Amino acid sequence: MKDVENQSTVKKAMLLSLIPGLGQFKNKQAFKGIIFLGIFLVFVFEFIFFGFSALQGFITLGTEPIVDHSLFMLIEGTLQLIITFLFIVFYVLNIKDAKTIAMRWQRGEKVHTTAKSIMLNVFDEGFAYILTFPAYIVMTVSIIFPVLVTLFMAFTNYDFKHIPPAGLIDWVGFKNFFSIFFLSSYRDTFISVLGWTLIWTICASTLQIVLGVATAVISNQSFIKGKRLFGVIFLLPWAVPAFITIMSFSNIFNDSIGAVNTQILPLLNHLPLIDISPIAWKTDPFWTKTAIIMIQGWLGFPYIYVMTTGILQSIPEELYEAAKIDGANALQRFRTITLPMILYVAAPIFVTQYTGNFNNFSMIYLFNNGGPGSVGGGAGSTDILISWIYKLTTGNAPQYSVAAAITLIISFIVIGVSLMVFKKTKAFDMEGM
Amino acid sequence: MKKNHSVKRARFMSHFFTYLFLVILSIIVIYPLLITASTAFKTGNVGAFTLDFSSGWTLSNFSRLFSETMYGTWYKNTLIIAISTMIFQVLIITLAGYTYSRYRFVGRKKSLKFFLVIQMVPTMAALTAFYVMALLLNALDQPWFLTLIYIGGGIPMNTWLMKGYFDTVPIDLDESAKLDGAGHFRIFWQIILPLVKPMIAVQALWAFMGPFGDFMLAKFLLRSPESITVAVGLQTFINNSRDQKIALFSAGAILIALPISVLFFFLQKNFVSGLLSGGTKG
Repeated sequence: MKDVENQSTVKKAMLLSLIPGLGQFKNKQAFKGIIFLGIFLVFVFEFIFFGFSALQGFITLGTEPIVDHSLFMLIEGTLQLIITFLFIVFYVLNIKDAKTIAMRWQRGEKVHTTAKSIMLNVFDEGFAYILTFPAYIVMTVSIIFPVLVTLFMAFTNYDFKHIPPAGLIDWVGFKNFFSIFFLSSYRDTFISVLGWTLIWTICASTLQIVLGVATAVISNQSFIKGKRLFGVIFLLPWAVPAFITIMSFSNIFNDSIGAVNTQILPLLNHLPLIDISPIAWKTDPFWTKTAIIMIQGWLGFPYIYVMTTGILQSIPEELYEAAKIDGANALQRFRTITLPMILYVAAPIFVTQYTGNFNNFSMIYLFNNGGPGSVGGGAGSTDILISWIYKLTTGNAPQYSVAAAITLIISFIVIGVSLMVFKKTKAFDMEGM
Repeated sequence: MKKNHSVKRARFMSHFFTYLFLVILSIIVIYPLLITASTAFKTGNVGAFTLDFSSGWTLSNFSRLFSETMYGTWYKNTLIIAISTMIFQVLIITLAGYTYSRYRFVGRKKSLKFFLVIQMVPTMAALTAFYVMALLLNALDQPWFLTLIYIGGGIPMNTWLMKGYFDTVPIDLDESAKLDGAGHFRIFWQIILPLVKPMIAVQALWAFMGPFGDFMLAKFLLRSPESITVAVGLQTFINNSRDQKIALFSAGAILIALPISVLFFFLQKNFVSGLLSGGTKG
């Protein structure tokens, strides 16, 4: 009998809280009730005076040029969606709160009813939320909101022909994705840029990983003198900001004044049997590609070298001793002990190298501006997807929506690969330098 | 006897090739850096980008950098952005990391997972939106907008690292302080914070170095010569093939690379150990 009664008061509190605050009043928590009701009323007013029209504008994206600014409508609509989402979270929490407090009354536990004790309790219980609040605010403004706007933009026709407020933007569904995959003008460019992006990512990342691991293994042998000096030297490419070294390399590989053609090759040609004529590093796509892959190896190996050295020093010496006793030679020891250990620990780090190079804008843009030549669609012969997006966004005829669509495609690839690997390895430490 | 000899020879060969590898790699690493460094001190009109000490030495490139170009302004811009990024990011992630390490609250696990997922979203996923938002907000050329993105971009990942480091501080410390009647703030300020100083130092330096090393976002969002950062400014010295200021570029590069490298080496020891101990386990 009592149980049924209890159940019904808890239900009542929850039902009352369908209008936030009322359930709290019933629970004799007037102060909390006032605050909850206040939040609710603020949202209702916000929705009537701003939110409703914002969502409406988000759906139509404007009907009259000059009067309606489609972009503002898109952005305000996105903002309203976030506000609405937050309100729904608050709403659910409020009903949950009504339920828990009602249950407490039932069980005869202590309930804070005065404003002061509620405040103190909020401060005590809610301290965690207060401390993490700034992190969430900044993340929302600088990551979540822009990502959402990009997401929506990919489904519009926003480009140089539709510039608000003179022009209107419309929703076009999957048209951008469709044209990227099927419309010849974009498709050919997309396929060739994507192809090169993949080749670039695989070659450059593999090179820097192999070079880094090899350097670590070779320089970790016990007999080497001057280990510290070598260690400092091999760290240099990582210590100097990458954009500086890339620009320097851009000069070093300059066809006419660069050190490679005017200093290194003549020097090598002094050796017997070698005769290399100057190479068109900046004007021949093949040689530009070769150069940037080599340079990325130079830039990227120190990080892998440091990580691998750390791993090598953590492998117990007894393992090697035991293998020696079993008659394993150096190569076998490396294959059966060292390499598996490195791969086991550093797999997530290796993946970040691949995803990082996939979007290595500075390398491509600063070395030769994505050139030489062009593969149509505004992309140069060494442009990767990210630098192509840059050109589509900031060029003379900006294609914002197509750029946004390609951005989404890239992000899905990167997130997908990362998720797969992290799920497999369950390791998210030590990555993201 | 014979066997002994061949063992010795094999050892000599392996030592020889090891050293050969190390020396060649060292040369490959140092050579390009040395070219840039030496070019900064070259006199006259520099027409080639090679390692060459024949033309004599001068410091005039450095003074020209500040008198003839806007390098000083760019440097100041970058410093302002870097310092504000450092202060705000460290503040935010320290608070958040501490909270996730010490408090158990509703939604903790869910929001930690959310951090992980968000951290996989590359900053560039919002590139077009950043640009358009900047256009609308009149924030092109505004350092605050760029700073906001730098701060936000680093939060998810670094909150995780920070939390991992806080986790290494035994919870008994908090418990006993609580028994002594210390409040939230006192426990945080006087007991826990001093113990995580190394990680805070690492994070502060990373946050500071980030804006110095970023080219892409700065290039996207900054336009006018008086508001760009050093990374974007330096590029203007060499991206015009008809008028390349190679010596000025090199001088400018040294003034960025030196302090950053020194910071880096200073930080690097902490950094690997800090990461290894700050490894996150849920």
